[in-house]
Amino acid sequence: MSKLAENVSRIRSKNAGPFWITIDIFCGSTEVYKDVCKRLNNSEVADLLKIQGQDLKRFDIEKLNVIKFSFPRKIPQGDILDRDMHGAQMAVLLSEINL
Amino acid sequence: MICSTVLVPSGVLGLGFDLKALENGLKRKPNIISIDGGSTDSGPHSLGSNTSKYSRAAIKSEWKILMQAREASNIPLLIGSCGTCGTDSMVDWMEDITIELAKELKQSIKIAKLYCEQDKNFIKMSFKNHKVLPLEPSLKLDIDIIQDMKHIVALAGAEQIQECIKTGADIILAGRATDTALISALPLMNGADPGGSWHGAKIAECGALCSNNPTSGVVLVEFDQTGFTVEAMSDKALCTIETVAAHMLYENADPFILFEPGGYMDVTNASYTIQEKGKVRVEGANWIKSDRYNVKLEGAKIVGYQSTLLVLLRDRHYVENSKTWIRNLSNFLESQIQEKMALDSSSYSLEFRLIGVNAVLGELEISSGNPVEVGVLCIVTSKTDTISTEIAKLINPFLLHYPLTDNEELPTFAFPYSPVHSDRGCVYEFALNHTLELNNPMEVFRIKISEV
Repeated sequence: MSKLAENVSRIRSKNAGPFWITIDIFCGSTEVYKDVCKRLNNSEVADLLKIQGQDLKRFDIEKLNVIKFSFPRKIPQGDILDRDMHGAQMAVLLSEINL
Repeated sequence: MICSTVLVPSGVLGLGFDLKALENGLKRKPNIISIDGGSTDSGPHSLGSNTSKYSRAAIKSEWKILMQAREASNIPLLIGSCGTCGTDSMVDWMEDITIELAKELKQSIKIAKLYCEQDKNFIKMSFKNHKVLPLEPSLKLDIDIIQDMKHIVALAGAEQIQECIKTGADIILAGRATDTALISALPLMNGADPGGSWHGAKIAECGALCSNNPTSGVVLVEFDQTGFTVEAMSDKALCTIETVAAHMLYENADPFILFEPGGYMDVTNASYTIQEKGKVRVEGANWIKSDRYNVKLEGAKIVGYQSTLLVLLRDRHYVENSKTWIRNLSNFLESQIQEKMALDSSSYSLEFRLIGVNAVLGELEISSGNPVEVGVLCIVTSKTDTISTEIAKLINPFLLHYPLTDNEELPTFAFPYSPVHSDRGCVYEFALNHTLELNNPMEVFRIKISEV
């Protein structure tokens, strides 16, 4: 078992407008990309983010060796309950996922 | 054949750029200098309060350099989403700065202003006529919510920017606009490939963020009939296939599709090649024109008034039991507020965030550790500033002294400053995630010309 961040070259997250968060996993090579694509499970990611499975959009982008997740944020950007307006710390959650 | 060359000094005015890189870019004889002036990224406050996120001094200092560059090159200078939120008065604010600088620099200039703010009554009427359409995720909207909004803006696209360019103005100050339209407008006007124009604009919208040296700021995009080439202007920055292609993913929920007024761009079939070192060639994006012309709306309304308090726990017993402590404290304070202010907990919001435990991720946090100290941030939000300040003052002594159990010595925690509470004033929320259908692109936008 190893953490996702130890396998890939970079993981980042960011708000995409006030109502969405998007997470990009840059795998760095075709080999790692194929391996991570296989082992990264959507329902596990949805559970980690505490969102409904159907709200999680996944894009496997072979050309760039990137896996991208996007989902509507439960608390919009700048709402009084929002803790991280740019959502950029959310990438940490995926970084620490066990593969 | 190159249709248009666009120089983008940085992702946003106020963030800074490399002067040598700007100089390098000007030597390439661009046809226009385009820069973004805003975003919703810092939350609803700018739009709600009708203020700029960046300081006037920072804006003026950078705008001065760009106005000098424009004068020397004799090309138009364009900024969109003036004053962060792009309201009408923020366009006027930017005009004030421009006039002040023109006088200081002894420049005679023609200014075109594009106003994008929307009249609430018009939006209400459009809503009744089913012209205001929800985007995903949909937000509740009705006439009362529209009435409650402080400001509503519509995002201009390429068509409205082109109308400004056609006036022959030296400087264009646009209200809220899509980041991409500021860059795509000229090439689209000059016959460049539509897919390539939008794709190149998306790649360059954050300046040198599409290179390996983001803080250098300046990028140059050459648009032609089959695509575009992009390169960073700093000697210390390089665009590579990876940095360019990766930028299409940035802040985009969908990595292939980007909706704009009047249609959408699809980059599924785009190809990236290195033309020469640091210069990336891109072709193959498609522009799909829609039957209807829709623009995106943004609106902010008041949620309440906020006061905050910060207390620091260093005592090990309390650091280790901070979650229990705030749970007990929260219940106790609720009863105190009820008793002394006759306020039900539904009429205000009192939230505690444990800095050092899970302040960033909240219920999503999966890691735990042994912090040396814990900061407790209390956020009070209510209908009026008076009530929020009163609640903050009421809870102050308990934050300082509240014990974990009844039979222990009264603790005293650390307050880092006086006064302990900070009144944050009015707080806003984004209240629109909708588009507005127009009969023609200029229907809800206005252009004004001035000369100085």
